[in-house]
Amino acid sequence: MLLLRVEDIHKTYGDLEVLKGVSFTVQKGETKVIIGPSGTGKSTLLRCINRLTPPDKGRVWLEGVEVTHTKSRINKLRAQIGFVFQDFNLFSHLTALDNVRIGLVKVKGLKKDIATKLAMRELERVGLRDKANAYPAQLSGGQQQRVSIARALAMDPKLILFDEPTSALDPELIGEVLTVMISLAKEGMTMVVVSHEMGFARAVADEIIFMEHGVIVEQGPPQQLFVSPKHPRTKEFLQKITELYGKGKEVRT
Amino acid sequence: MTDFFHFAQSSLPSLLAGTAVTLQLWAWCMLGGTILGLLLALGRVYGNRIVYAFSTGYIELFRGTPMLVQMLFIYFGLPNIGIQLSSLVAASMALGMNTAAYQAEYFRAAIRSVKAGQMEAAYALGMSKIQAIFYIVLPQALRIVIPSWSNEAVLLLKYSSIAFAIGVPELMARAQIIGYTTFRFFDAFLITAFIYLMLTTGLAQLLDILSEKLAIPGQEVR
Amino acid sequence: MIYRTILEELPYLLQGALVALELLFAFISLGFFVGMAIAIMRVYGNRFLTLLAVLFERFFRGVPAVVLLFLFFYGIHNISPFTAATLALGFRSAAYQSQIFRGAIEAIQSGQMLAARALGMGRFKAIWCIILPQALRLAIGAWSNEFASELKDTSLAYTIGVVELLRRAKYIVSYTYGNGALVVYGVCALMYLVLVRTGNVVLYRLEDKFAIPGFERREKGM
Repeated sequence: MLLLRVEDIHKTYGDLEVLKGVSFTVQKGETKVIIGPSGTGKSTLLRCINRLTPPDKGRVWLEGVEVTHTKSRINKLRAQIGFVFQDFNLFSHLTALDNVRIGLVKVKGLKKDIATKLAMRELERVGLRDKANAYPAQLSGGQQQRVSIARALAMDPKLILFDEPTSALDPELIGEVLTVMISLAKEGMTMVVVSHEMGFARAVADEIIFMEHGVIVEQGPPQQLFVSPKHPRTKEFLQKITELYGKGKEVRT
Repeated sequence: MTDFFHFAQSSLPSLLAGTAVTLQLWAWCMLGGTILGLLLALGRVYGNRIVYAFSTGYIELFRGTPMLVQMLFIYFGLPNIGIQLSSLVAASMALGMNTAAYQAEYFRAAIRSVKAGQMEAAYALGMSKIQAIFYIVLPQALRIVIPSWSNEAVLLLKYSSIAFAIGVPELMARAQIIGYTTFRFFDAFLITAFIYLMLTTGLAQLLDILSEKLAIPGQEVR
Repeated sequence: MIYRTILEELPYLLQGALVALELLFAFISLGFFVGMAIAIMRVYGNRFLTLLAVLFERFFRGVPAVVLLFLFFYGIHNISPFTAATLALGFRSAAYQSQIFRGAIEAIQSGQMLAARALGMGRFKAIWCIILPQALRLAIGAWSNEFASELKDTSLAYTIGVVELLRRAKYIVSYTYGNGALVVYGVCALMYLVLVRTGNVVLYRLEDKFAIPGFERREKGM
């Protein structure tokens, strides 16, 4: 079932055209991983999907409802799309529990006790039940990111967008976040992930999208893309990544 | 020395009555000033062009002119166009509107120092702009602004003394009256100085405790 | 009719502005030297000097300006209002300026002092030749704020009889039996506004001129 449709997205910042016509689709339950050199508009693309950054041209549909239309109830739509930021962006004045709960109470209008139950369930899911009353400043980077994932999950979204979720983490903390993401993918959550973690991509992606200079260069299932990439640029990029990071850490599935 | 002590004793009742008026005046001005200041700051940060222009104009005007002139304008000038206010109300207005202008700038700086990512995350959850400002930005900004706000609170307490110029019976005015009736001006003002000292020191301590209580665990208050 | 009076009296008011500026420079200079001395006492002095400095600061920062004005006016025999105002506002300014200096001195790395001593400079020479020149430049930014606030505070001197801008405005108002209050005080306020704005611009330029390349201008405000 077609869940997300992105069509011909263009975005320019000043003189620089960051996205030059990007289109792709996502089926329900799929995990798509977007890879590519830094600064090629991958994060911008993600932000265009839930209109945190409105695209200059192009349209986005979520289950047939157009997100990019000016008349669309953007807040309602955003509530159905989860977003995990590179810098976590947890609300610093709230505890972990409050962070996960606030969307349920203020956006979805649930009663506090029901919201608390749901929130605790999600914290449990990411393995942080015992940190419910901790404040973000008291948590490690990996813990903060997991809370941020719980916050997104609590809204029961149709789709979750991940914007380089592990790039701001110390190496030893990356694993705990990837573990959560892998289990989400296996449970059937529809995900679009921008990441450099090749091991993760190889393990759970249904399709890899390679972007460079604001366009999609090549896309395909990981077995195909990693083993025999069609485009020379893809080959070049993968070689460079493998040189720098190795074949991707062995990821437990 | 004992003579001074006796003088102090006899002056105290009047001075304390004046202190009560001072504190009342101060409390009302801080309340009104904080609310107005916050609104002005929100207007400057989130408002449209008209709101921004109005807020900025207000702030420039009240920060660029002396408080005393503002007070005299309100108390003596407004009657020219038919608005007659009591000295207490005029003083409150002048002090309140003045502090609002300064507080607006402090609030604005505090709001702007809340990271942009916080708003983004709020939007990503589906919050509206107003929800994001109210539930996410303001709670953080209000904590960040505490040092400046405390500073302003102490400053206002000291400046409340200018209300004597339009006849408000606060501490300074009482001291002056005692001076006129006993001719012991210096002694009267010396005692007054020490009362103010105690008030400002006490207030500063109280605000320090408050800021500690409100701090978000893990984050130092700047 | 009132407007005619204002126009006629404009030179009189402008002279008052001049008196205010005279007072301003007089007491800011006093505050400068005393403030610097206090700052040096606090940073480099022994325990006794430090205590003295702290008491000085506490007193002159904790007592309202008008109380200080009256204390000096009535406390010293046969003192002119202008001198009393200079002293009162001067020492008060010194207390604030010493904070600025202290911040600037402490911001200069201790390595500078060590290097100076290593060259063989005595303590005073090191302070004079190495620390102060840098501190003064760092302090310029904070002074811009001080300046505006002190200029407005010259209006307080009217309470002890200094015939500066505000007092002259008051005379004109009584001359018009109160009917000109709105306009006169309005014009008076505008004059202060112009003075403050001009002063800020001048100081901004000065800051640029004297800045040490590489040390960015500090953020004003909070």
